[in-house]
Amino acid sequence: MKRNRLRLLISGSFLSALLVSLLNFPAYGETIHEERSKYRDITVTQVRDRRCLLFNVHRGDRNQTCMMMDDRNLLVFDYTRMSFAGLLLKPDPQRILIIGLGGGSIPMTFSDLLPDAQIDVVEIDEAVVKVAREFFFFSETDNMKVTVDDGRPFIKRAGIRNQSYDYIILDAFSGDYIPEHMLTLEFLEEVKSIMSPDGVLIANTFSTSRLYDHESVTYQRVFNEFFNFKLPTSGNRIIIAQLDTLPPRGELVTEAQRIAARMEKYGVPLLDYPRRLSTRVDWDMSRRILTDQYSPGNLLNDN
Amino acid sequence: MAFVSGFCIMTIEMLGARILSPYFGGSLSVWGSIITIFMLALAMGYLIGGRLSTRSPSAVLFAIFFIGAAVFSLPVILFADLIMEPIFLAIEDPRYGSLFASIFLFFIPTSILGMISPYAVRLMVDTQQHSGHMAGLLFFISTIGSAAGTLGTSFYFVLWFEVNQIMWGAVAALIAAGCLILLIHYVQDAQPMKQARHYEKKQA
Repeated sequence: MKRNRLRLLISGSFLSALLVSLLNFPAYGETIHEERSKYRDITVTQVRDRRCLLFNVHRGDRNQTCMMMDDRNLLVFDYTRMSFAGLLLKPDPQRILIIGLGGGSIPMTFSDLLPDAQIDVVEIDEAVVKVAREFFFFSETDNMKVTVDDGRPFIKRAGIRNQSYDYIILDAFSGDYIPEHMLTLEFLEEVKSIMSPDGVLIANTFSTSRLYDHESVTYQRVFNEFFNFKLPTSGNRIIIAQLDTLPPRGELVTEAQRIAARMEKYGVPLLDYPRRLSTRVDWDMSRRILTDQYSPGNLLNDN
Repeated sequence: MAFVSGFCIMTIEMLGARILSPYFGGSLSVWGSIITIFMLALAMGYLIGGRLSTRSPSAVLFAIFFIGAAVFSLPVILFADLIMEPIFLAIEDPRYGSLFASIFLFFIPTSILGMISPYAVRLMVDTQQHSGHMAGLLFFISTIGSAAGTLGTSFYFVLWFEVNQIMWGAVAALIAAGCLILLIHYVQDAQPMKQARHYEKKQA
């Protein structure tokens, strides 16, 4: 019964997400806030109970975050839900790092789920932090801090200070400009250096364009193997990597069964995830690795 | 030659952001630092280049500008990490970090490149009447070079080559330009000497 309801909920939210993208949502949403920041145009829209944060509307960008005002726990987008698949490998992270705030739904979910965990959020655009606070109920707590900075220097500095994190989410790649210095081998080595021994890295990246191949070979070089996590309903590809060898699927299923109930109120269908995690190489291995010397991410993203 | 210098200035400037980003990120302030330092360096270069041109302008010194700029660009290729790391460690604020890094990496080569244009004006001007015309022409050529360097680097070079390969290309172009100037200078110098010798022989 419960599972059916959950499935209904998920397919429902997927359908509405599809509908929204088909209808070109911004034109239909009522704009409640507009702001031009140093980096982008920020728009907040609301239709009935659904409030969304959008970047660069005029250039046709997708929604960054949406929130249901009547059920603020619910994660509306596939990719935000998918970011929690790492819990299958690291069920109770104590130190969490999130690069890219958006509307703050991922950090707030973590804060709700794991009140004792230390959460660091890094966001380059202070205007995004302000909008998340004012319109998406994001608030810092004793355990959750936001730093306005570029992700790369933040991670480099954390490495120098010998800090480590159990759960790292790289979510700085959505939108129309790609921070090329956070796609490179050297950057991933820096990320690796701040991962705790059983920590997990979640990167929300590209599933289309030439960049997919380049990025995949780069992650492969640094981590040998990673879970490629794609859903038929989502344009996103989530990379899940660990320092250790990846656990067999059986373990993931066991873990999913153990914690799925806790994730239900956020709408994260953890039970569905293990079979979606693949280690199959489905990219062109001959592509050039991205390095600090060679990283034309924005030029590779057109087709 | 003005084209080459303009081209190299913007190529190095465009690569600057890429060189700094591993340490200072890709925020707007990093671009701000780079452009500020390039502008200040060019301003210094114009001033010094103009000053130097007032006393006995020579093609040799002109060539030295090109070769000097190439030599002082080498640290960007060879020691970029050594230069940026202590700055990154000493300065937490990426705005000032990138500003200081830009100074140490780019100020000297860029100011030498800035000396080229005013000096070239002096070398090309024979009469005061033509000075405005020549200055205009030179700025035209060097700015077209800058446009080409910007476009080439940001659209194509970064897609085809590594950052350091492009830097080596700029260094090679500057050295080639310097050598070409020296070559032309000595060939031209030899010509009147030959003529003079010929004339002397005839006289005898």
